[in-house]
Amino acid sequence: MKDHTSAPDDVFDVVVIGGGVVGCALARRFALEGASVVLLERAADILDGASKGNSAILHTGFDAPPGSLEAACIAEGYRDYLDIHDRLGLPVIRSGAMVIAWTAEQDDKLPDLMAQARENGVTDVEALTREETLAAEPHLSPALKASFRVPGEFLIDAWSAPLAYLLQAMEHGGQVIRRCEVRGGTRQGDVWALDTTRGAISGRLVINAAGLRGDLVDEALLGRRDFNVTPRKGQFIVYDKPAAALAGHILLPVPTAITKGVVLCRTAWGNLLVGPTAEDQEDRDRAGLDHDTLDALRIRGEEILPALRDHDITAVYAGLRPATEFKDYQIRLHDEGRYVTVGGIRSTGLSGALGIAAHVVRMAREAGHGWSAPSRIHWPRVPNISTAAPRDCESAGNGGIVCHCEQVTRREIERALSGPLPAQSLAGLKRRTRVTMGRCQGFHCSGPLATMTEGAFDTPMAERA
Amino acid sequence: MAIVGAGPAGLAAATELRRLGIDRVVVLERESEPGGVPRHCGHSPYGLREFKRPMLGPAYARSLVSQARRAGVRIATGVTVIALKKGPCLEISSDAGLSEISAKVVMLATGIRETTRAGQLLGGTKPGGVLTTGALQGLVYGAGMRPFRRPVILGTELVAFSAILTCRHAGIRPVAMIEPGHRTTARWPASLLPRLLGIPLLYRTGLVSIEGRETVEEVVLRTPGGERRLAADGVIVTGRFRPEASLVRLGGLTYDPATGGPEVDEFGRTSDPQVFAAGNLLRGVETAGWCWAEGRAVAGAMARALSGGLPPPASQRIGQTGEHLAYVLPQRIAGGAAPALDVLQLRACSAARGRLSLHAGGQETAGRALLALPERRLLLPLPSPGSDPSVSLEPSS
Ligand SMILES: Cc1cc2nc3c(=O)[nH]c(=O)nc-3n(C[C@H](O)[C@H](O)[C@H](O)COP(=O)(O)OP(=O)(O)OC[C@H]3O[C@@H](n4cnc5c(N)ncnc54)[C@H](O)[C@@H]3O)c2cc1C
Ligand SMILES: Cc1cc2nc3c(=O)[nH]c(=O)nc-3n(C[C@H](O)[C@H](O)[C@H](O)COP(=O)(O)OP(=O)(O)OC[C@H]3O[C@@H](n4cnc5c(N)ncnc54)[C@H](O)[C@@H]3O)c2cc1C
Repeated sequence: MKDHTSAPDDVFDVVVIGGGVVGCALARRFALEGASVVLLERAADILDGASKGNSAILHTGFDAPPGSLEAACIAEGYRDYLDIHDRLGLPVIRSGAMVIAWTAEQDDKLPDLMAQARENGVTDVEALTREETLAAEPHLSPALKASFRVPGEFLIDAWSAPLAYLLQAMEHGGQVIRRCEVRGGTRQGDVWALDTTRGAISGRLVINAAGLRGDLVDEALLGRRDFNVTPRKGQFIVYDKPAAALAGHILLPVPTAITKGVVLCRTAWGNLLVGPTAEDQEDRDRAGLDHDTLDALRIRGEEILPALRDHDITAVYAGLRPATEFKDYQIRLHDEGRYVTVGGIRSTGLSGALGIAAHVVRMAREAGHGWSAPSRIHWPRVPNISTAAPRDCESAGNGGIVCHCEQVTRREIERALSGPLPAQSLAGLKRRTRVTMGRCQGFHCSGPLATMTEGAFDTPMAERA
Repeated sequence: MAIVGAGPAGLAAATELRRLGIDRVVVLERESEPGGVPRHCGHSPYGLREFKRPMLGPAYARSLVSQARRAGVRIATGVTVIALKKGPCLEISSDAGLSEISAKVVMLATGIRETTRAGQLLGGTKPGGVLTTGALQGLVYGAGMRPFRRPVILGTELVAFSAILTCRHAGIRPVAMIEPGHRTTARWPASLLPRLLGIPLLYRTGLVSIEGRETVEEVVLRTPGGERRLAADGVIVTGRFRPEASLVRLGGLTYDPATGGPEVDEFGRTSDPQVFAAGNLLRGVETAGWCWAEGRAVAGAMARALSGGLPPPASQRIGQTGEHLAYVLPQRIAGGAAPALDVLQLRACSAARGRLSLHAGGQETAGRALLALPERRLLLPLPSPGSDPSVSLEPSS
């Protein structure tokens, strides 16, 4: 148990179930309040559920249902992110977004969407004619009708952010136990005793942030559930870096009731992303890719940016949204204030996470929990892997580049395999460094990487021949 | 003179430049060892053109490297060129961090990579153990490791047979080789290999999805008899080579989507007259010997460029009529003596019987009837400049 240092019979102030972006933000916030926190994650590494694959947009919440809890959490989360990102070494790509109408019918909806944005406090939206849109984004298909700009929609690094939140929690005494699945639990007096695959864990406040399994965890611990998760899959195509020059803004369609629709945007790593789809499914684990769906996505992307036709696809992936029968977030206090469910964080959790965490801390305080804040706040910085700041390969002593496509150095890999929360799987190493995630997908670096990671992973990349 | 990439093309060019009396020639190579792709191809045949005998890839690579060093070429390894700037100037990264190198003339010889599972939009989940042949060879020959024991091989280009040989070397037994068409893309005798080694070759079979969580557990195949599941612990995605052209594209050189490489004239000169290109970067895969000869010939043109001996760049592209040709290389003709690329290289999009012709000045100046297979290079003589040349492949109905 590398990352778990205290004896199992300790009673934690707060036990967070789930190491998605929401769980990581919760662990951070409670640790900064002075609570003793442990985060339990079922998988070999954090970010194994919904937070594994998203569009990485920091939403303003301009299109959230006005007055909803979601709108409030996004607004607060957005402000908090911009406030703390620099100190944690996290990037922001200030791209802005454009909501584009492709039909007369969609064009008619733009004024209402702009009014909704203003109602949500996003007052700097700006209508653009067809010509103005094309002048700002010359690679867009001239078939568009009109658009409006949302200057505050930004791009961030969806993996480094939660990692930084959790590392900051750990700097303040927070603990993390991975490969630790919560199976059940009982409350004796004021203390919950959770039954996990890594033994019993006790805490005074349990927070269920199990994402795609939120309803199952409620069922196992409370014997009831207030919502049912129906995973909604989103598939994506990632284009090689030269394609990033084709779109400055995040290009959004006019949303429908079901989804925000197919988005084209750059990534913090300098690629271009097309997706996601919205497909309901039963399976909570398998984010399967489908050739025909991906091909349809490719064709839609080329309709929007015709020049994409001449660009290479470097990666495809899929993520699962923890959707429920409700549109809004499902955040509820249970068990006389000793248990909080933070569920149904469907499609805006990356943006809302810090706001959700602040909201839950307020709920817990109101329910009578209290801690004394640490005298000093530490700000550990995560290594930058985005295009927003200099990369490690630009400084001396980096050990040379191992993954050429993503310019990942030997030193970056070694750091990700050590430290307080080392990668324990290839997936975890990829999320920390982007190794093998570029255009060659390991054509060149698999050999050296397999040697460097020998003994570090449960499932090794290869065995000695 | 600076050359990017120490594969057969880059090494041949550097050696030739020294032979032509150019003083300072440096080859920049991002790997820790020079030699390019052959370093990891522990099989024959390499070297027939250059050394007049069949060699294994690693021995061939070593011969090229020592030849270059003997000629006085400086080879800097562990140096990645991350950007090509005007000048020309190369931005490089190494253990020492970022720096820049200026050169009078630059050659890009950055080679190719295979199309990955993503590039082919393959379905299923994303477990470990889905590799291209190049990645497999890096693991087997480079690191002495074995990523799986019973993989499926996707595709039947020549490189897929290289994958079989690599598997054999590492004690890996492929469970099947899959080909969507009704014949192998690679020609006899390579096509005999699966049968000799008892590997089922499944024709008219496509891969629907790859299944598994940590590692591959099975693949779902679409066969003439319907969908079928096949247990496997890995997938080797082979072929469909793409030039490693990111420096070309991000550096603002004119890019040809048809070849996937830079646009060049018959001197291997790109849209920046100080930047040349040779080897597989110019188009999908050719043999090492072909790339080596190309590197050497383009080096001659670079030496001439230094003394102002090349004709001014051409503005006109060679035209292409019809839809049956995938590409033509070089894309432009400047005219002038002793071209480095002394024939037009073409490829058919799909198998077609028909007439391949070159039109110039309004009439056919060269042509012949043939059976064009997509994996085989087609050649035509270079047209003269300013004759409004175009090429076509007209299928006979
Ligand atoms: C396609 C797609 C695109 C998106 N785009 C954006 C975007 O651009 N911007 C944005 O803000 N949001 C976006 N989102 C939404 C965002 O990704 C989610 O809202 C967020 O990831 C939800 O995080 P979570 O922590 O609630 O859940 P999860 O990430 O699912 O985390 C739950 C964790 O709990 C663990 N767990 C489950 N059960 C147990 C147990 N019994 N014991 C221990 N651990 C357990 C899981 O392994 C998992 O790691 C998108 C989502 C998708 C799928
Ligand atoms: C699996 C496989 C099997 C093959 N088998 C045979 C065979 O049996 N016989 C045969 O004749 N041919 C074979 N070939 C083809 C042959 O290997 C190639 O034609 C030949 O290597 C091409 O030479 P090149 O110099 O163009 O490129 P490469 O050999 O690909 O060399 C390019 C070099 O450039 C370097 N580089 C790239 N980008 C940068 C950068 N930004 N900065 C610094 N360095 C960079 C690379 O690291 C590499 O070393 C095979 C190819 C493969 C993939």
